Amino acid sequence: MHLGHTHDGPAAVSADATRPDGTRRALRIGLGGPVGSGKTATVAALCRELRDRISIAVVTNDIYTQEDAAFLLRNAVLPPERIQAVETGACPHTAIRDDISANLEAVEDLEDAVGPLDLILVESGGDNLTATFSKGLVDAQVFVIDVAGGDDIPRKGGPGVTTADLLVINKTDLAPYVGSDLQRMARDAKEQRGELPVLFTSLTSAEGVGPVADWVRAQLAAWTA
Amino acid sequence: MSVRATARLRAEPDGRGGTALPVLESDGPLALRRTRSPLPGHARATVVGAMSAPLNGDRLTIEAEVADGAHLTVDAAAATVALPGARADGEPSTYAVHLRVGEGAALRWLPEQLVSAHGSDLRQSTRVELAPTARLLLREEQILGRHGEPTGALTTRLTVHRGGRPLLDQQLAYGPGAPGGWDGPAVLGGHRAVGQLLLADPSFEDAPLPARLFGPTAALTPLAGPAVLVTAVAADARLLRAVLNEAMRELLDGLKADHRQEVR
Amino acid sequence: MSRAALLVLADGRFPAGGHAHSGGAEPAVTQGRIRNADDLAAFCRGRLHTAGLTAAALAAAAAHGLDPLALDEAADARTPSPALRATARKLGRQMMRAARATWPSPELDALATARPRGAHQPVVLGLTARAAGLKSEDAAHWVAYETVSGPATAVVRLLSLDPFHATAVLARLAPELDDVAAQAAEAARRGIDALPAASAPLLDITAEAHAAWPVRLFAS
Repeated sequence: MHLGHTHDGPAAVSADATRPDGTRRALRIGLGGPVGSGKTATVAALCRELRDRISIAVVTNDIYTQEDAAFLLRNAVLPPERIQAVETGACPHTAIRDDISANLEAVEDLEDAVGPLDLILVESGGDNLTATFSKGLVDAQVFVIDVAGGDDIPRKGGPGVTTADLLVINKTDLAPYVGSDLQRMARDAKEQRGELPVLFTSLTSAEGVGPVADWVRAQLAAWTA
Repeated sequence: MSVRATARLRAEPDGRGGTALPVLESDGPLALRRTRSPLPGHARATVVGAMSAPLNGDRLTIEAEVADGAHLTVDAAAATVALPGARADGEPSTYAVHLRVGEGAALRWLPEQLVSAHGSDLRQSTRVELAPTARLLLREEQILGRHGEPTGALTTRLTVHRGGRPLLDQQLAYGPGAPGGWDGPAVLGGHRAVGQLLLADPSFEDAPLPARLFGPTAALTPLAGPAVLVTAVAADARLLRAVLNEAMRELLDGLKADHRQEVR
Repeated sequence: MSRAALLVLADGRFPAGGHAHSGGAEPAVTQGRIRNADDLAAFCRGRLHTAGLTAAALAAAAAHGLDPLALDEAADARTPSPALRATARKLGRQMMRAARATWPSPELDALATARPRGAHQPVVLGLTARAAGLKSEDAAHWVAYETVSGPATAVVRLLSLDPFHATAVLARLAPELDDVAAQAAEAARRGIDALPAASAPLLDITAEAHAAWPVRLFAS
């Protein structure tokens, strides 16, 4: 028996690109990054920007129970049935990388409840610079850091900064106040990431999450092509 | 000399809206008396402890059957105290309760506490067969040791089937010879009184109750089938009874309220 | 049978969701009932001989070839706490996913189809052991070990307990794990009516309290 791509029972294998009925499943994008860099705010802004055109759901991975999910609910960025919280037992990186079973279940539950979905954003719990998503869970990942966390983070590298499909450097509006050198961050990021894209955002500015939303749209176009 | 005794009772509708007790057989230390029921339509029987029992080596059985449509309450005049008996090398005693409740019938099985005295060794078991529309209110309390003494050895098993399918199966083991950890932080945490209150009622099928806590060491939990179980541990028999009484009042008031709504 | 298959399955890194669960240790720590390695040992021992034995026997019975749906029902009757039933089914579903990717079998497929929201984890685990060519006592060993290793790992995180001390607790329990596995396998051979139903009042009570906490580190 093969590790099926289509079978009668519920999906057993994580990375299948199709639903059991053969249609292409939702694109899954992971958002990771250190505590306080603005992951949840970015997810909220993306939902507001994209929700009118595409069917979105969010999976949050919290360190303490369901706080990030509660934030998204309070801010009403999506109806509650489109937000699922995964509890991680104090190890958020385990839940998105080493043992993705609870996250895959949340993804399936969302498809069952509100599908078919176009896009599922999987937000990691705030973790360190080494946390990355398993390819069994997401199709692309975004790593979110911020200028206030220190302008040497891009130089320090780590798997999140160097390998994420998109690096977002958030809170650029704070750069003058915290003495962060945006030019230097851009240079260091380029050094670490080569051709992989880097976007600078300030969610409080007029442009807001726009560039990240454009990147997500491009990923979706490529996924469904 | 150890005792073997089987007491039997059977409740049937008396054809006039009440319940009769055509079988009420006492045996040895298990004396059954018909007593006046405060509940309309209910027959009531009370287990009167005619002598101290069970002693190690005794084999006691009570069999009760509530026929279709009958309503029975069984209670007890005093706590049951498991005692070591005269011989130190005695076999464990057994106390088996078999209950059958028919269609549309109701049984309230509300004995007093089972006290495991130091040196005693008792295997207690309760098996209940419920018809799908039967109702059951059952209370069991285990008290580990009389006042200020260490507990005896006590195992209990409560097995309830409804319409032939398992509804609840629970085994508890305490005291000397019980597997390790029984008094530790996962099982009793030093508490000396343990109780269960089971209410099975077909109306829970459509309207299951939510789980809820009664203080830090008691919880009401809806089972997978139409029944709720209250599990409680407490420092002593009095505190245990207080929390079980509170839960029982709340459960019965809730059912009454439901019934009033149906009637309206 | 392959002894190595048991190592793969019982490895804490087997991706079946266990890392997010404390097996009741989180409320016990918060309520001050686990404060050190000795308390952890007493907690693990109590859990092993109650919920652990019951779960190990269910797994052994599934591995032995008893009807998994009847065992799932027997597991329900042995789990009065709805929080613990939900946890068992959630973990069963996660185990099913890992099992079908590692040791695919028609029996696992059939159970996944019959219980798409998850069967009780010990039942899935027993079928997985069967699919991996293991014996019922191996399945019981696996469950017995998981019953104590989960709380031990959680307490290391919750109390910053010295991990050497926590692992020593598990090592001291090894003979009792063997006993419980043997008892469970023996009961499984005698059929579904002989399966133990050992339970722990405090685990059932505190599981409900824990499930209602707004802030917690572990899912159960």
